[in-house]
Amino acid sequence: MASHPNKISRFNIASLALGLAFLYLPIAILVIYSFNDSRLVTVWGGWSLRWYHEFFGDRAMIDAAWMSFRVAASSATIATLLGTLAAVALSRGERFKGRTLFSGMLYAPLVMPEVITGLSLLLLFVAVNAERGFWTVTIAHTTLTLCFVAVVVQSRLGSLDRNLEEAAMDLGCDPVRAFLAVTLPLIWPAIIAGWMLAFTLSLDDLVIASFTTGPGSETLPIRIYSEVRLGVKPEINAICTLVIGLIAVVIVVASLATKLSSAQAKSAAPL
Amino acid sequence: MSVRRIFARPARFAVIAPYLWMVLFFLVPFGFVLKISLSQTAIAQPPYVPVFELTQGAAAIKAAFAALSLDNFRLLVSDDLYVLSYLRSLVVAGVSTSILLLIGYPIAYGMARLPRRWQSVAMMLVIVPFWTSFLIRIYAWINILQHDGLLNKILLALHLVSTPVVWLSTDSAMYLGIVYSYLPFMILPLYATLAKMDPALLEAASDLGASPGRAFWLVTFPLSLPGVLAGVLLCLIPITGEFVIPDLLAGSDSLMIGQTLWLEFFTNKDWPVASAAAVLLLVLLLAPLLFYDRLQRRQLEGTR
Amino acid sequence: MAEDAAKSAEDADSAKAEPAADAVPANSVPAKAGPLPVAADMPLLRIDAVVKKFGALRAVDRLSLDIGSGEFFALLGPSGCGKTTLLRMLAGFETPDEGRILLDGADIAQVLPHQRPVNMMFQNYALFPHLSVRDNIAFGLKRAQMPRSEIDTRVAEMIALVKLDGLEKRKPDQLSGGQRQRVALARSLARRPRVLLLDEPLAALDKKLRESTQLELMELQRRLGMTFIIVTHDQEEAMTMADRIGVMDNGRLEQVATPRKLYEAPNSRWVAEFVGDINLFEGQAEPSDGGRLAVATKDAGTIIVAAPPNPVTRPLICVAVRPEKVKLSRRAPASDAVNTHSINRLEGVVTDVSYLGGFTTYKVKLDTGAVLRSSMANTARLDIDAYNATQRVVAWFTPDDCVVLEQ
Repeated sequence: MASHPNKISRFNIASLALGLAFLYLPIAILVIYSFNDSRLVTVWGGWSLRWYHEFFGDRAMIDAAWMSFRVAASSATIATLLGTLAAVALSRGERFKGRTLFSGMLYAPLVMPEVITGLSLLLLFVAVNAERGFWTVTIAHTTLTLCFVAVVVQSRLGSLDRNLEEAAMDLGCDPVRAFLAVTLPLIWPAIIAGWMLAFTLSLDDLVIASFTTGPGSETLPIRIYSEVRLGVKPEINAICTLVIGLIAVVIVVASLATKLSSAQAKSAAPL
Repeated sequence: MSVRRIFARPARFAVIAPYLWMVLFFLVPFGFVLKISLSQTAIAQPPYVPVFELTQGAAAIKAAFAALSLDNFRLLVSDDLYVLSYLRSLVVAGVSTSILLLIGYPIAYGMARLPRRWQSVAMMLVIVPFWTSFLIRIYAWINILQHDGLLNKILLALHLVSTPVVWLSTDSAMYLGIVYSYLPFMILPLYATLAKMDPALLEAASDLGASPGRAFWLVTFPLSLPGVLAGVLLCLIPITGEFVIPDLLAGSDSLMIGQTLWLEFFTNKDWPVASAAAVLLLVLLLAPLLFYDRLQRRQLEGTR
Repeated sequence: MAEDAAKSAEDADSAKAEPAADAVPANSVPAKAGPLPVAADMPLLRIDAVVKKFGALRAVDRLSLDIGSGEFFALLGPSGCGKTTLLRMLAGFETPDEGRILLDGADIAQVLPHQRPVNMMFQNYALFPHLSVRDNIAFGLKRAQMPRSEIDTRVAEMIALVKLDGLEKRKPDQLSGGQRQRVALARSLARRPRVLLLDEPLAALDKKLRESTQLELMELQRRLGMTFIIVTHDQEEAMTMADRIGVMDNGRLEQVATPRKLYEAPNSRWVAEFVGDINLFEGQAEPSDGGRLAVATKDAGTIIVAAPPNPVTRPLICVAVRPEKVKLSRRAPASDAVNTHSINRLEGVVTDVSYLGGFTTYKVKLDTGAVLRSSMANTARLDIDAYNATQRVVAWFTPDDCVVLEQ
């Protein structure tokens, strides 16, 4: 009996399941071992929180974590603002002078090797004699994540029904009003998704942060990296699990926020 | 004037802020990279002899231009260390991308065949690991692959090997790490293209006598090529310049260009050479970068 | 006698809608003419020699049209004829390259959409998904800066008008297709525009819903006394709802007339073929006695037709007969029933029978080789006069049933 051309085959399901297992297994193992009482990975010493205690006692780590958090939140916010503006300009702006250059500049960091972007930004900061620390890393991360936000928002803008904006105009809105009253509420989930993406990318970045940070402003990945080079330490497992937990919380909060915002959009909308 | 034009005028104003930002923090820095790559190393802070200062006046600038040297570039192309780095980078990128395509395609295909409701769930499942820290995921693999790590434990327990195998500091570990990290980059564009395909096409192929296998090669695969291209470029370009994964997982006998660059910059403090390496890498990637840019613009603007 | 009564009824129809009862209604101006003279009483909407080009393509080609206040006007035509472009120019979403659009005497062609007293009901409704029914309808009123209490009153009025009571708080995705259409309608009427534009409003509805909605729209329009302009490709829809129909092709108006005039007195071969089904015979005309013409056709012998009011200028003309005017019988009608000199009689064999419930259409292959279409109402339930394929029949029609068309 020939299979229905569109039904999912067992091979498909198997490859999907294997793929997802491959993606999640190492993380699962890491989380489990963060609770391992024994120092050695080979021995299971029972459930314990000692590595978490050790992390919270590690001053340097805590500072680095806090630094990373601040940088991520700041750069994500600026990047979301700029990225949304860029997305609006590209998707609604039709042709304008310098558009080609702009979109080229915008998409390039998406694929550019980070060593190049990091190096170039550092050279800029050195040339203008900027003090390297929180702001330089934030600026660098904003530049990197701006394009991700723009891609996410632009894709949502592109799939939005243009008739809605026309209808808004027909009913008396000038273009700016129409954008604020109709378009913005509808792309809000994409903007939030963009922010989340920028946040996690910043939290996670090692290379660019290494280039653009200054003395006394270590980010968490830099700290983890220097520890990891010396070998596997169980404390790292705990840190990683905490970061994963934080990101999971961010994702959940953001999804709730988007559900809430679309439900409340009706009362928020007509300005 | 059509209604689109009415919207376009205010929309264009939105470009000012991001434009300025990108020019200042993306374009201008590249100018600096180029400038430094043409200057000479110095034991100083910052560790290079500035080719020229804009404050010195026209005559000084002219003299400085004469002093520009391509020495750093000559070094890069003549010294085996660098040539091998570039070659290794290209090879690793090529091999990894091929593996990514082989693994990613069936996964993306499986996702696209799921019933509608499950597709968004599957997409979330694929994206979420991507959002957990990249470094952490590599670290997770170090955990598993180390000498007394989980993998060896399992292999020993199953009697597949008699002594623990060295996994870390090998090319295999590096490839594993690369594939693991970049899988979402390959899957998502592929999935996006495959999901857009009209299922009626496969039914038509079947109606006209094609077996599922033939239908795939004659209909599905050709139509998925834009997604394949996007996924390939999205992986190939950044992998070439990768630093973290080869640094943590691969052996130290041969380095990828990202590692060489890092070494030059942080260890040797040789900023000009590092800059030259960056410029050369950029030149190398220019063709695929432009191609990717054109592809992106066409894809995103095609949705209008 | 009966024919004279029918003819005067037809004239009376066209006289109501247009100043002169010609074969060619005065309101449709041939494509090459210039701007219209300004009449003493201006129509509500005057489209004056409007041109719209997209690249090399002329979507609207020097089109002029007057639409009166309180009229239900339909723009009918095949896809690509420019009717939607014209509608969008009235709404302000496109600007004409040439010509004027006069609303109450003022040229609004360059006025932006949100500043026009014109509203549009979109084909896909374009309801704001993030707003409730109530907020969708109130949207335009808030833009007009109405005081809150007035908005509430007007919204309640609209909801009652389209019978959406009880659904105010729902979001569009919680409504059925028909309900969404009503919201779209209420929203576009809320600001009490001078003209309401409807872009294929019934296209997304199923047949039964379409029919009931047609009647509702007509009733609504009558009650409000508002001018409605509807774009459609569905002839039945246009004929049912509109007071006058403008048939477009390739950016030009082919004919503007009441539904009846359009059907019974098409002004060109194209219009005759586009609206409804038709039999066409080409031939040479010779004057005959009694104010008639004898047309010598290749396919149907000599056909006697009533002479058209304008003298025939071309040698080769086209005789058009609607299928329902062609009657079939087993033998020629008796000589005392009808004056045998003034019926056109053809003989042939039935080749196709399509039973459509209310009527049956027959395809008759004439002895001359041409195919004639006839449509007869099934007036009796047990029809003993039904014809089968391969039966020989006589097809006949009177001279007044024919329309003379120049090529």
